[in-house]
Formats: sequence, structure tokens, C-alpha cells
Amino acid sequence: MSGLMTLVSLCYLISAVCYVMGLHMMRTPKTARNGNRLSFVGMILAVIMTFLIVLKKNDTTMTAWLVLLVALVLGVGYGVYRARTVKMTDMPQLVSLFNAVGGGAAAAIGTFDYLSKPAGASLSVAFSLPVILDLIIGSITFSGSLIATGKLAGKVSGKPITFPGAKLLNGIVVLIILAAIVMTVGFPTNVWTLVTAIVASLVFGILMTIPIGGADMPVVVSLLNAFTGLAVAMAGFVIDNQVLIIAGALVGAAGTILTLQMAAAMNRSVANIIAGGFGTGDSGGSTSADEVPVNVKETSADDIGVQLAYAKNVMIVPGYGLAAAQAQHEVAELAKLLTDNDINVNYAIHPVAGRMPGHMNVLLAEVNVPYDQMKQLEEANSMFENTDVSLVIGANDVTNPAAREPNTAISGMPILDVDKSKSVVVIKRSMSTGYAGIQNSLFSDDKTSMFFSDAKKGLQEIIASTKEYLDQ
Amino acid sequence: MSQELYTNLAIFVLSLLVGFEVISKIPATLHTPMMSGANAIHGVVVVGAILVALEADTPTFYVIAFIAAFLGAINVSGGYVVTDRMLEMFSKPKDKGNKGGDK
Repeated sequence: MSGLMTLVSLCYLISAVCYVMGLHMMRTPKTARNGNRLSFVGMILAVIMTFLIVLKKNDTTMTAWLVLLVALVLGVGYGVYRARTVKMTDMPQLVSLFNAVGGGAAAAIGTFDYLSKPAGASLSVAFSLPVILDLIIGSITFSGSLIATGKLAGKVSGKPITFPGAKLLNGIVVLIILAAIVMTVGFPTNVWTLVTAIVASLVFGILMTIPIGGADMPVVVSLLNAFTGLAVAMAGFVIDNQVLIIAGALVGAAGTILTLQMAAAMNRSVANIIAGGFGTGDSGGSTSADEVPVNVKETSADDIGVQLAYAKNVMIVPGYGLAAAQAQHEVAELAKLLTDNDINVNYAIHPVAGRMPGHMNVLLAEVNVPYDQMKQLEEANSMFENTDVSLVIGANDVTNPAAREPNTAISGMPILDVDKSKSVVVIKRSMSTGYAGIQNSLFSDDKTSMFFSDAKKGLQEIIASTKEYLDQ
Repeated sequence: MSQELYTNLAIFVLSLLVGFEVISKIPATLHTPMMSGANAIHGVVVVGAILVALEADTPTFYVIAFIAAFLGAINVSGGYVVTDRMLEMFSKPKDKGNKGGDK
């Protein structure tokens, strides 16, 4: 190794240590931010060292420099702009978009190196296998993540999309991909092998993601995140760059663990999700579920105002509907109004409330909800018995007592024991079922009253009426 | 198997193991930021993009290099910024509490 390469290699090693330490520090809220920064420092170091290598080589055309710099400036500009302006409620789809571009970049690197070999050249397995895996995984992540982004953003229907012959088509595409692997590894280079592999993988990415329901998207995004990591590691093999291999493998493994934990928190298995699990085939069930059961009590903002104004302990149970309506500001305003009048307010946060695990904490933190008011599942469940009013906002399945009984779609899922509080108010747009597609017996409970409204509008009305009663 | 490939393979396998171990149990609260943080790390792909881009010397390769560098740059820059924004929110309420501390 020359002097420069030794320096570069050592710095790459330091970068890798930064990623590992950074990721490790992100396990707890206290050190998480510094962990991310440490990983950023490692990244900057890796980029600087990379420029050192190419400057030293000094055989680059002017055009190549221009192309690279323009691409980098535009990319950084766009990435930073999106990251800075994104609303916290829209963040899941942005993460998914970053997966897509990461996978796309890895696939582009593979394409570049494959094409730079002379046509008809025989490749060693050490090159051909990683290059084809890079292309396939990168392309699948690219198209799959774009569909996931579209689903999360509501641009692609969040409903599982299935069509007759989907399984057959899937099978054919997989066969084509396998054939492309064999062609790449066993035969000389050919542009058409490359094109076929890329197109088939892009199609597979789409086919894999469209049958998955919107509520499962977070797990899919996490899985695609792990995929991107692997694609990047493969790209590292292709261009013989260790920092890519280390970081890619790290993300691939960490992402896999994270995916499993997320799926566990949602009481779903990854295999189930990919196969398009419950709530997909029973379209007949969801139509009848829209009907309002007769024994549901409806209430008004005025009634809720009285209840809240004379309560001592209030528990707010936020869910997906709150995130979707972007009503976190209204929730915080209502909570502040109550606490200012010496009413205890806490938030019961289910691990999967919001649009992704942990998303609700981010949304509430954004509107300055004190950290100690956010109660996690177990702590919240110990508090419901002393709660006068539980205000359920756009949450459904995570409050369904049916989870305690056997043989339901959500049996065994950890739930919030909202039904143990003295009274329950549910703000919801309609009686439609949650993702699990089953009725919630909490809604027909004697203690429960329903307020049918959009979370944001409903909360504004409740704030107004609560104010009136508190002022009296 | 060449020495080079063996080294890379060893690095790959060991890094996978480190990845499995390093995050083990994460509170659900941090799932989203953690995913975003890992997402930023695979932005390292931009390093690969820079390396190949500077070998480009025909229009086809310029185009591919541009795509690789552009996409990689979005991943790495956006990934870190959005993760930092998310994590900033976790520390914010605490700061406010220290300043206000009225109750």
C-alpha cells in the first residue's frame, strides 16, 4: 500500500467505527442525536478521503468532474431541501424515498461497472455475482420504495392491490431474474442480460409492494431499508471498496433486526406482510363493517367539553387518524388548556400508534408535549383505572378489547386498556373498521360515546366548548 | 478464491454480525429515527458513485455516473438532515421544561 492509500484505508476504518458507534448510540433517546452526528462525521471523512484518491489518480476528464460536481450539488440541494421542509407527518414517505434513491444509486454503480467491461468478456464469479446481486437488489428497492412512498403519500392507493394471475406473473418474473443471474455468472457479458435483469427486478419491486396494505408500509419500508444496505454492500464488492461493504452490511443486518422488531410490535410476521396478510382478501367484510351498529352512543363537542372540564385525570389516546389529520397541534392546545386548569393530562402511546412505530412520539414532541406526559403501553395501562375521561383520537385496533380474546384477527396484540377508564370518548370519522377489519367492542361499550368528526375539526370544536365551561 | 475477495467476504460477514449485535433491543419510540439513521448510513453509496463517476469518459457513462452521484447525494444529505430533525424533537421538550419549570 502506498502512503496515501494507507491513510485512506485507515480513515475508512475510522468511518466504519463511527457508523457502528453512531448506530449503537441511537438505541437510547439520550445519546441518539449525538449518535447520528457521529455517524455523519464518519460519512464526511469517507467522502473527503474518496476525493483524495481520485485527485491523486489525476486521470479524470474535465467533463467527468463537471458531471460529478453538478450531480452532487443538485443531489445535496434536493435532499437537504426535502429533509428540511418535510412535515413530520409526511416523514415516513421521505425515508422511503431515500431508500429508493440509495437503491437506485447502488444499481447505477453496478450498471456502470458491468458496462465498462468489454462486450463479450468472461467475468470472474468474484465480480459477476456481486454485480448481478447489486443490480437486482438495487432495482427492486428502487421501484418497491417508490411504490411504498406513493402509498404512504396517498398517491398510490393504500389498499392492497391484487389482480388475477398475480402469483403466476410473480413466478415468471422470479424465473427471469434467476435466469439473468445464471446468464451473468456463467456466460460472457451481454448488454441484454443486464437490461433484462434490471427490468425484471423493477417489475418485481412493484409486484412485491402493491399487494401490501398501507398500514403495513412501515415494516415494508424498514425491510427495503435493509435491502438497500445489502445492495450497497454488493456495490462495495463490485468496486472493491471496503467502506461500502462495511456500512452496507451493517445497515442490512441492523435493518433486518429493526424490521423484525417493528413487525413484532404490530403483532405481524414479516412473511405474513409480504404475502399480503389479513385484511386483504375480506373485501366483503369491510363493506358491512361500515354500517353503524345500533348500540353506539353519539355525542357532541358540547358534551365532551363538560366531561373534560369536570374531569381530574384525562388520558389522550392518539392514533393513526390523528397523524393523518395532522391534528397534533390541536391536541397539544387542548392538553395545555386542561393542564392550565389543574387537570392532569397524559398521553397513552401504543408502540405502533401513528404511521410507523415511534412516529407518534415524534409528532407529539414536535408540538412540545412534555416527555413525561407521554406514557408508553405498560405505564399507561396501569393508569386507566384512575382515568376519568379517555379521549381516543383516531385510534382503533390498538384499543380493541377483542385482542384479549382468542381467535380474532388481533388476538395477542398488546393493546391499551382504554375500556378500564371511567368514561371513554372516541373521536373518529366514521364507524369504519381499523386495519384489522374487525368491529371494536369498545365503541359499543356503555361508557363510550362517539364523536364522528375529522380529528382536527373535532378537536377545534372541543377546545372551544371546553373553554366555555372552564371559564364559567 | 483470491486474497482480495476473501478479505472482502470476511469484512462483509463480520459487519453483518456487528449489525445484528449493535442495535439488539430498541424501544419502539426510537424505531422511526433508528430506521432513518440507518437509511442515512447507506448513503455511503455516494462514495462509490464518486469513485465510478470519475472514471467516466463517454456520454453513456456520464449519464449513468450522473444518476449514481445524484441519487447517492440525495440519500446521504437528506438522510442525515431528516434524522437530526427527528431527534432534535426528542430533546426539545426537555430544554423547554428546564427554562419554564413553572409547575
